[in-house]
Amino acid sequence: MSVQPFLIAAAGLFSIGIYGILVRRNVVMVLLSIELILNAVNINFVVFDAMLGDALLQGQIFTIFIITIAAAEVGIGLAIVLMLFRNRKTANIDEFDLMKW
Amino acid sequence: MEALDIISYFLLLSLLLVAAKVVTTSNVIHAAISLVFTLAITAGTFLLLSAEFVALVIVLVYIGAVIVLFLFGIMITRAPLGQNAELDNDKNKGLALAVSLSIFGIFSYVMLNTFDSQINTTSGTSTELLGEILLSRFVFPFEVVSFVLLAALIGGITIARQDNALIDENQI
Amino acid sequence: MVTSNLISFLAEGKATYTDGGAAAEYTWLIVVLPFIAALLITFVGKYLPLKGAEIALATIGFIFAFSSYLLYLNVTEGVASEFFVNVGSIGSFDLEFGWVVDGLSIMMYFVVGTVASLVFIYATNYMKGEIRYTFFFTSLTLFAGSMLVLVSSPTLLQLLIGWELVGVCSYLLIGHYWENKDNSSAAMKAFITNKIADIGLMIGIIVLALSTGTMRISEILYQSTHDYESLKSVAYLAGVLLFIGAMGKSAQFPLHVWLPDAMAGPTPVSALMHAATMVTAGVYLLARMFPFYEGMANQALDVVLLFGVITLFAAGLIAIVQDDLKKVLAYSTVSQLGYMVAAIGSGAYTAALFHLWTHAFFKALLFLGAGSVIHAVHTNSMKEMGGLRKEMPRTYITFILGTIALAGLPPLAGFFSKDEILASLSHGGYSAYFSIAVAGAFITAFYMTRAVVLTFFGEYRGNGHPHESDSMMTTPLIILAGFAIAAGWVNIPGVYTGFTDWVTTRKTPIVEYHPESFDYFALGSGLLAGLTGIVLAYYVYQILGRPEEGDQKIKVEPIWNLLENKYYLDDFYFKFIVNPTKSTLANLIDRFNTNILDRTVNMFGVAASYLGNIVYEKFDQGGIDKALNISSASTEALGARVKLLQTGKAQQYIMYFLSGVIVISLLILLVL
Repeated sequence: MSVQPFLIAAAGLFSIGIYGILVRRNVVMVLLSIELILNAVNINFVVFDAMLGDALLQGQIFTIFIITIAAAEVGIGLAIVLMLFRNRKTANIDEFDLMKW
Repeated sequence: MEALDIISYFLLLSLLLVAAKVVTTSNVIHAAISLVFTLAITAGTFLLLSAEFVALVIVLVYIGAVIVLFLFGIMITRAPLGQNAELDNDKNKGLALAVSLSIFGIFSYVMLNTFDSQINTTSGTSTELLGEILLSRFVFPFEVVSFVLLAALIGGITIARQDNALIDENQI
Repeated sequence: MVTSNLISFLAEGKATYTDGGAAAEYTWLIVVLPFIAALLITFVGKYLPLKGAEIALATIGFIFAFSSYLLYLNVTEGVASEFFVNVGSIGSFDLEFGWVVDGLSIMMYFVVGTVASLVFIYATNYMKGEIRYTFFFTSLTLFAGSMLVLVSSPTLLQLLIGWELVGVCSYLLIGHYWENKDNSSAAMKAFITNKIADIGLMIGIIVLALSTGTMRISEILYQSTHDYESLKSVAYLAGVLLFIGAMGKSAQFPLHVWLPDAMAGPTPVSALMHAATMVTAGVYLLARMFPFYEGMANQALDVVLLFGVITLFAAGLIAIVQDDLKKVLAYSTVSQLGYMVAAIGSGAYTAALFHLWTHAFFKALLFLGAGSVIHAVHTNSMKEMGGLRKEMPRTYITFILGTIALAGLPPLAGFFSKDEILASLSHGGYSAYFSIAVAGAFITAFYMTRAVVLTFFGEYRGNGHPHESDSMMTTPLIILAGFAIAAGWVNIPGVYTGFTDWVTTRKTPIVEYHPESFDYFALGSGLLAGLTGIVLAYYVYQILGRPEEGDQKIKVEPIWNLLENKYYLDDFYFKFIVNPTKSTLANLIDRFNTNILDRTVNMFGVAASYLGNIVYEKFDQGGIDKALNISSASTEALGARVKLLQTGKAQQYIMYFLSGVIVISLLILLVL
């Protein structure tokens, strides 16, 4: 199989994730879209690993790490969302614009 | 290999469709479930690419824990369940679409020009080999990641804990 | 025997000399010190107990001591040297200053030192309580310095500088009480009259310098005694021109008009300047240039002699009709200066200088005595004096001694000097001039006795309470009286002619006639004339009724008027010189100044301010300031716009970031 479809799919996933970040109003939805992006990157890594036939399987190792870190990040992210919700009673990302001029 | 090609095309297409549903649906639960499906299909792709262990990890960790966490988050933040028209930021849609499409265009252009190889699918990746590499060559990142997880754990608890004095006012 | 040695010196005609050693090298001190002292008095004098007079007295004391030492050196060894200091050059002329230490200069130093010391002491008391006391002493010290600059000059340039400086100091001192218009006018008259004469001096100096190619006096004298052609052609002209300059300073007819008016100044000033020092500057000049006159400019001496004789006679006549005591003395000074100039004119170098020497002492004495009288009776007019010999004995006695010296009775000073002049006139064969000079001696004795009688004899006609002046004023009188008695004994022909040796000790030899013994004809005529004058005056003014009526007795109306109006000379000057200058010339220049010069300057000013305005408006405000304002305003506007980018919304930030990434990647992909 050619590599290219996989790469294009990963790129598509990536851009869909970007779209999601830019468009979604709920903070949790934004975090969801971030997961999409990370997933796209995972696909890329594994595809390259398959392409290269690496003896050290670096692509897959790295993918494992990414997944781990993503999980940690989601944990922290949702804790922060929790705090935000407690303080502001809303999860609308447009409401959190205190850091403006 | 033709069958594999067709299967792969089918998988990737459905991947994209499901991912699109994640970001366009106005129902938050649908979005979370769609993400589950996306991740499942990703795991399937990995299987195709003979990265079995990674696929399993995705299913276990991502779908098993992360999505559950997301669902909890949705519940806690009292996200309006069901159809919710206010989920999308309508003002930005056009621009966001343009940006994401250009990103897609640029990435695919670059990828297509750069990589033109074939996938050397082996018969599968030996988990034993993966474990060996993880604990010999990549033992340092492995340990560091464990620390990161520890920090995330502690950090999460610290951030989200509530003062006992206000316990009657909190919203669990 | 000493006498025979001296006579044998005379036969050789010239004494030998040394170069004066260390004392001569340091003679510049007495020239420079007065200027430093003047500065000190100006700045520090006010705070001193004697208000600056101490510094002046110390300086003049030093000058007196130093000049006495120089005189002693000259008497014992003979000194003749000159020192030059080169300060640069203009074209082919070197600008040199320096000092001369020879017989003539040493004599002048001594005269200046002695008379100035006594006058300074006198003035400390006389001017006590007067206005501008400190400045008075500054001017006096400056004057002493300027006079020394003049008599120590080895170049014509320095001579001119000293000449002008002396004129300036004279102006300052005569006009000391300038609040009174008469006094300031008198100062102006002195300065301007001198300035007119100085034109002649300057042209003469230029002529001499150009034709000899040097400013050094010794070189000019050398050229004139060694028959240089270039000098010969202009010698007469230069001689006459230099004499014109001398006429101004030494008050020869008709440029004498300033001296009587100069009596408006304080009496010590009159005693110092207008008796002993400044007015003798002209005689000094003629004496310094004597080898030139004797050698090449011999015909100029005829002019000199003529004016000298006219002066001595005319001024003496005016002195008879004066009522102001100081004016009598002023005209007497003019007359005696005429004697000195006449002596030079007849080729008697030593006689003229000898008369200068003795005259300095007894005229200063007379002026200081007059000052003492005036100080006591608070008036200058002799009409209000009289009978003062009882109240002011010391003044009376010294004044009498001065009068006798001036009249020329032996054994006082004036006898010897006047006799030498008469002798040289008769030896030169100028019989007419001789007679006039003898008549002048008669007139001198007459007016002086008249003055003495009117002042000291008879009854007191005034309103005050005269009393003797205190010792600080009478002591100089006594000292000067001593000089008046003894000063003549330094040049007795046939017995001791030290003075001749002193003043002929110069680098250039002096060729003149030295009498070997008394010329009895001249001596007898002079003595007779003097005695006659005294007796006649005493008779007319004292014995023949009251002194104030003596004038009535000898009045010949028209001649008296002529004399009282000073030969209408002042009126002539006013009508033909002063008034035309004041009215027409001054008006013309004023109009030129206002209309042309001032207008041009105003135009520049207006243009400059207009230009400045334009620059301010357009360039500064409109241009530079505006640019700055625009830049700051635009920065502010830009900032106001740009800050709106920071909305605080994370999604928008991501949008911007991604747009940037797209742009850059496109750039990289397409361009590179």
